[in-house]
Amino acid sequence: MAVSIDHYVGLAAVVFFIGVIGVIVRRNPLIMLMSIELMFNAANLLFIAFARVWLQNAGHIFAFLVITVAAAEAAIGLAIIVTTFGPERYVDVDDVRTLRG
Amino acid sequence: MIEFWVLAVILVVSAVWTIAASKPVYSVVALLLNFSALAVLYVTLSAEFLAVIQIIVYSGAILVLFVFVIALLSSGVAPFTLGPNRLPKIWMPGAIVVLVGLGFLVYAVSQAVPVGTRAPNGPVGAANVFGSVGDFGTALFTRQFLPFEVTALILMVAVIGVITLGGEQMHDAAPRGHERKVERAMREAILREGMD
Repeated sequence: MAVSIDHYVGLAAVVFFIGVIGVIVRRNPLIMLMSIELMFNAANLLFIAFARVWLQNAGHIFAFLVITVAAAEAAIGLAIIVTTFGPERYVDVDDVRTLRG
Repeated sequence: MIEFWVLAVILVVSAVWTIAASKPVYSVVALLLNFSALAVLYVTLSAEFLAVIQIIVYSGAILVLFVFVIALLSSGVAPFTLGPNRLPKIWMPGAIVVLVGLGFLVYAVSQAVPVGTRAPNGPVGAANVFGSVGDFGTALFTRQFLPFEVTALILMVAVIGVITLGGEQMHDAAPRGHERKVERAMREAILREGMD
């Protein structure tokens, strides 16, 4: 069985949903951010696989944009984590109750 | 073909390891494995430049940032012990998500078309074939110039946001106390002057 585009779609779906499960289940904000990175990477894999199928490098450009957004998101997210949970504290997103009414 | 399956197994196993690890440092190691396997997969898809970018930006920059934050946050005694399970019914939405995802997966794999029916117009690694650095750069700086500009804007917004978030703490610490001390000294000096 030759590798088809749908194998890449399936692989990206599996990795993406592993990331979704990580965001839903884990309460540690660091691991939630890493799960978001997993989802970004699944999307990137799809962009690059489809760019290879159609030989259009617009997919590469979009994957480049996604990598930039992921880097910015990681930097800002980690800054928010550091400012919200100071050092020497137990880290749990359920403890963030500022927006609760 | 064999490389696809090996890399797919590495990707899925390391992704599961990422979200299941007990300590965030283990998650970072698993994520490093995941990103490296993904970079190899990009090379097999003849996206050389993005494979290099994947290694440099993800494995080099973002993961190091994660490691720094873990080191910063875990300076306490035992900050990463597992707390009580506050979402005991989480398995239900989790199972629904997994089943929906598996449905997509089965449907996708059942409809198979061979990948890369048209071969790239040259050997992988040569200049100016599909996916090479020259090809990518030409596209980035000519036809796709707007995404490049948007990238610059995104990075600047991120830098300003991080400085705004992290800068408050630095301002609050030493300089303000010093300023206040100087201010009080000046006020006392003015009062003394007025008394005389």
